[in-house]
Amino acid sequence: MTVKFTINGVPVEAEKGESVIDVARRYGFEIPSLCHHPAVEPYGACRVCLVEISKGGRKKMTTCCNYEVQDGIEVVTDNEDIRRNRATVIELLLAEAPKAKAIVKLAEEYGIHKSRYEKEGDPVAQMHDGCILCGLCVRVCTEVVEVSALNFTGRGDKRNVGTPYMETPQNCIACGACAYVCPTDCIGFEEENGVRRLKKWNRELPLAKGEDGRPFAPQFQLWYFTQKAGLDKDFYKKGGPGSR
Amino acid sequence: MELAKVDAIIDRYNNDPTALLAIMQDVQDEMRYLPREAVTRISQKLSVPVARIYSMATFYTSFHLEPRGKYTCTVCMGTACHVRGAKRLVEQLERDLAIPSGKTTADLLFSIEEVNCVGACALGPLVIINGEYNGNMTSDLVSKKVKQIKSQEGGA
Ligand code: SF4
Ligand code: SF4
Ligand code: FES
Ligand code: FES
Repeated sequence: MTVKFTINGVPVEAEKGESVIDVARRYGFEIPSLCHHPAVEPYGACRVCLVEISKGGRKKMTTCCNYEVQDGIEVVTDNEDIRRNRATVIELLLAEAPKAKAIVKLAEEYGIHKSRYEKEGDPVAQMHDGCILCGLCVRVCTEVVEVSALNFTGRGDKRNVGTPYMETPQNCIACGACAYVCPTDCIGFEEENGVRRLKKWNRELPLAKGEDGRPFAPQFQLWYFTQKAGLDKDFYKKGGPGSR
Repeated sequence: MELAKVDAIIDRYNNDPTALLAIMQDVQDEMRYLPREAVTRISQKLSVPVARIYSMATFYTSFHLEPRGKYTCTVCMGTACHVRGAKRLVEQLERDLAIPSGKTTADLLFSIEEVNCVGACALGPLVIINGEYNGNMTSDLVSKKVKQIKSQEGGA
């Protein structure tokens, strides 16, 4: 079913169930986002995708990654009000992750060079280690990789993302998907001396060699793929399932 | 660890993953905490990731992942109790039991816990021992209670 509405006055069409952010981007409108990825369910954590949406004469400011398209809504993706509100959110995020490139860049676009909220030696900020609790790693590991090695832990100012019992997750295949989607690069993906490492989860797996003799991917990851996809057990030849 | 008890609880809910929270509560009621083996068992039987159970267990303050004492001394730290000296009661318990608040004695007899307002402010300060509300508490009274339980349990 097609849904018709407008973005910045431009008539647009979308499929029912799509989110406003995906449609806006398809039509070329720029909206910042940190916790959104089209491959996973929206979570609405970072709040930088604020837009204005009018419906039946009522206007409200809302996040649009978790706003489903509706007939007749009018979306505004940029104005002074929106920018001011996004700037506040970005400044708060910058305080949590002052070293994260994506956030520093976004902050600069919004004219913020240093967060007024930054606290040197703040124990909560230290615990989070640059993580903004966007939950992308959790959602990717659960919904896409289907390993579910990660989740949120605790509540309030003790809220964090991590592995059960804060131990090395034995089910993690070290695929690196979590590190790939992390907007603050705080997970730490490394490959050296034939070992792949995910620092934040304290997971390390040896890399199997590919046909060219070069380290390729963890044997455990390849084994998982062959199992999941029902592939022949020799699918990855040398990197095959010998690990189990 | 009596996993049979855990299995019986899970069976009562027909292995229904949507009953996860209720199952966790029942296991906690039975064992006073969520032993790791129980968490693993629940995860296997319901096909729910351990990461998710751990997430819920750390989100709700009513769950414990470490063994709890047979007697939980819950001190109300709500505003009304606080201004009437609840802090002193916690300190008294900490001294008498030689454990910090939030922890459990090595003999698994006592745990100390703090909560915020249990809705009986007029009786404050309050110490709840295994569901029994003790109002107008003083350090002396709390000490006496602890001694009483200790002797009743055959301890020193
Ligand atoms: S590297 Fe491990 S934790 Fe990260 S997405 Fe892959 S399986 Fe999950
Ligand atoms: S580790 Fe990265 S992806 Fe995971 S919640 Fe934190 S910021 Fe988001
Ligand atoms: S992208 Fe919408 S809240 Fe994060
Ligand atoms: S503050 Fe203790 S019961 Fe309300």
